[in-house]
Amino acid sequence: MQQAQDMHDDQACDVFQVLTFDLQGETFALDAGLVREVIDLAPETGVPGAAPFVDAVINFRGRVIPLADLRLAFGMARGEPTRDSRIVVIEHEIEGEPTLIGLRADKVHEVTSIPLGDTEAPPRVGLRWRTDFIQRLAKHGGELVVLPDLAQVFATRGGALGAVVPFAPV
Amino acid sequence: MSQSDPAAIFRQEAQDLLEQVEQGLLDLAHRPGDRGLIDAVFRGLHTLKGSGAMFGFDALAAFTHHCESAFDKVRKGEAPASAELIAAVLAAQDHMRALAEGRAASEAEGAALLAQLHAAVAAGDALPASAGPDETTWRLKFSFPPESLANGLRPLPLLDELRELGACEVKALVDGVPPLAVLDPTRGHLGWEVVLTTCQPRSAIEDVFIFVLDDMTLEVEALDAAPAGEESASAQAPDAAAPLAAAGPPASAAAETANEARAARGGESVRVPAERLDELMDRVGELVIVQSRLKQVASASIDPQLRGVSEEIERLAAELRDTMMVVRMVPVAQLFNRFRRLVHDLARETGKTIDLATEGETTELDKTVIERLADPLVHLIRNAADHGLETPAQRRAAGKAEAGHITLSARQAGAEVIIAIVDDGRGVDRARVRAKAEEAGLIAADAVLTDHELLQLIFQPGFSTAQAITNLSGRGVGMDVVKKTIEGLRGTLEMTSEEGRGSKIELRIPLTLAIIDGLLVRVAGGRYVIPLAAVEECVELPPEQDLRSSGRRLINLRGQLAPFIRLRELFATGTEPDPYQKVVIVSSGQERAGQHRVGLAVDQILGDHQTVIKSLSGLHADVETFSGATILGDGGVALILDVPHLVAAGQRQDAELRAAS
Repeated sequence: MQQAQDMHDDQACDVFQVLTFDLQGETFALDAGLVREVIDLAPETGVPGAAPFVDAVINFRGRVIPLADLRLAFGMARGEPTRDSRIVVIEHEIEGEPTLIGLRADKVHEVTSIPLGDTEAPPRVGLRWRTDFIQRLAKHGGELVVLPDLAQVFATRGGALGAVVPFAPV
Repeated sequence: MSQSDPAAIFRQEAQDLLEQVEQGLLDLAHRPGDRGLIDAVFRGLHTLKGSGAMFGFDALAAFTHHCESAFDKVRKGEAPASAELIAAVLAAQDHMRALAEGRAASEAEGAALLAQLHAAVAAGDALPASAGPDETTWRLKFSFPPESLANGLRPLPLLDELRELGACEVKALVDGVPPLAVLDPTRGHLGWEVVLTTCQPRSAIEDVFIFVLDDMTLEVEALDAAPAGEESASAQAPDAAAPLAAAGPPASAAAETANEARAARGGESVRVPAERLDELMDRVGELVIVQSRLKQVASASIDPQLRGVSEEIERLAAELRDTMMVVRMVPVAQLFNRFRRLVHDLARETGKTIDLATEGETTELDKTVIERLADPLVHLIRNAADHGLETPAQRRAAGKAEAGHITLSARQAGAEVIIAIVDDGRGVDRARVRAKAEEAGLIAADAVLTDHELLQLIFQPGFSTAQAITNLSGRGVGMDVVKKTIEGLRGTLEMTSEEGRGSKIELRIPLTLAIIDGLLVRVAGGRYVIPLAAVEECVELPPEQDLRSSGRRLINLRGQLAPFIRLRELFATGTEPDPYQKVVIVSSGQERAGQHRVGLAVDQILGDHQTVIKSLSGLHADVETFSGATILGDGGVALILDVPHLVAAGQRQDAELRAAS
């Protein structure tokens, strides 16, 4: 939310540079500045006892990084990996430490610009998903694009640690 | 902090200089007459003052000036290096450190320190100050290389300093000045000839040039008839070492100074931020993994050239990794040296006489480990000085030497370093420990404890036998924190004590945090590393025990029963176990519970594995059963088991199962 606000204040920067990708047929977008790399699926190592949202780690260029599944945070099924499945490696602060995190994606599209004017704050009601996990919603190419609030998703381990903002029932 | 920030560089330099001066002072306390030490301390202070002024740390420069003058007197033999003076300068060190770091240092405190310093010097001034020699007339000839002006050399202050020594007659030597047409104004062409009459010794004259001696030409000649011939010497450092050695003793002393300075520079080390080392370590880790992939490809190929290259890369990668490990190692001397100051202060605060002896300072440990050991060791030494050692009167009464001894030693044993803190004090008073523990509710009033168990109580949270909270022990750190820190380093701590004779605390610390030896095991599809230090033995789980152990998870080890945990159940793998389960017996680190041997049932034991430890991210901070992860030869990731936490988790699961049934 803070980020959207910042961009709003800055006239020179009134577009979001994002990487778009699919999760179970829905289109999501991440700030392109966060993305370090998009890689093919790698052998995963399960972490027993971890939240289902981050239940594995992978070897990313000699580092052991957690593999998170946004699909679980948004109440979707895991789904079988396909030819298009990728891992989007992002850098995000976890407890003050810049951390590399792998995000599962069913298909990765492109880096694109979304004008700020085409986005809006999520409605309080009428969504299937936890609204506190969504930073903005955008219309892009006739499709609904979700910009997730990663800080909130990671802080609650994809909802496993309970909601910070109570979920408003429809 | 940017490396090119001059103030930051100065701070770093000041840190080093202060440390040097401090070590010099502490040594001087034992060998008060050592000229070399006195000179070293003086030089350190002088440099600190000089570069402090250069970088704009004027307060520091002004303050240091006073310490320097005090030591100048010592150096000239006008004042002795008394214990008071050393203590005063040591006390001033902290003030200087604060000034160097730009922290707010109170002026009143500074003034008080200076007063103490002057008092210490004045006490020594009672010595006959006029022991100095009579006036001598010297002829000096000196010049600097032409490019030195561009390098920031300023000859005028040097001349001023000479003038301070006595009556001076200065003549410029203009022979070297080229015709105006070809004169380069940025180069220096002048030389000087100075006739100086002073009561100062020759060394005082040479000291004027102490910082430029390396690059200059200097001739000092006594004009008085006496030993003129011998005394003349030309100090044309650095290549004039030979003629200097042949010259009179004062000159060779100067040469030594210069040589020493150069030697120090030659053995200088490079400061590298720790994170750069970590990065390098990561790259090496990546290389090792790629190399093992190359090895797999090569072994599947029949191309002899590819195989050859692969083998060579394998060797290089292994060497690189070993070198990398060595780079991270630093001698424990770094750590031990800090404690000499601590003990010095402790002795003054407690009024006890304490001798600190250190052994095995060259033993090396990982840099990170050294840093994390500092606080626990400070606490253990304070404890030994405060609680362990008796007052001189008590010691006399007990028939011991008045000075208490604390010995700090380090030695390597296999992949561990053993650090011991031994004191010859009163030892642990068992009755008091017992009373305290009962009072704090740690043990029942009638509990039967072995001596070992009783001593372990000291490391329990909420335990303190200090009858009065003193300034020393009042740091809010208990022995339980010490124990926790040591365990956090995957080390162990053991205390032995003999009443009336002293105590010994032994820390066993793994050499490095970055690498451990582990046992690689498989549980269902996952591979895990069990730290080899925790492993006692591996046995097969007999099928009949396997079958009937649904209710009772105990394995018979040569007549003794040990509980075991089925990792596949704990990890909820949800797959069928392999027919022949193996049990790795580990020590859980819970000796007090009486069952320190615990089995971990796994599907397969894959073998030894040397492991580069990678920490897990913050997203897995809540998963306590793993202390980290490692990358295996095939590029896969194996998690490293945290044995104490794992055993605790297994016990919780057992309790839940019992509650459910």
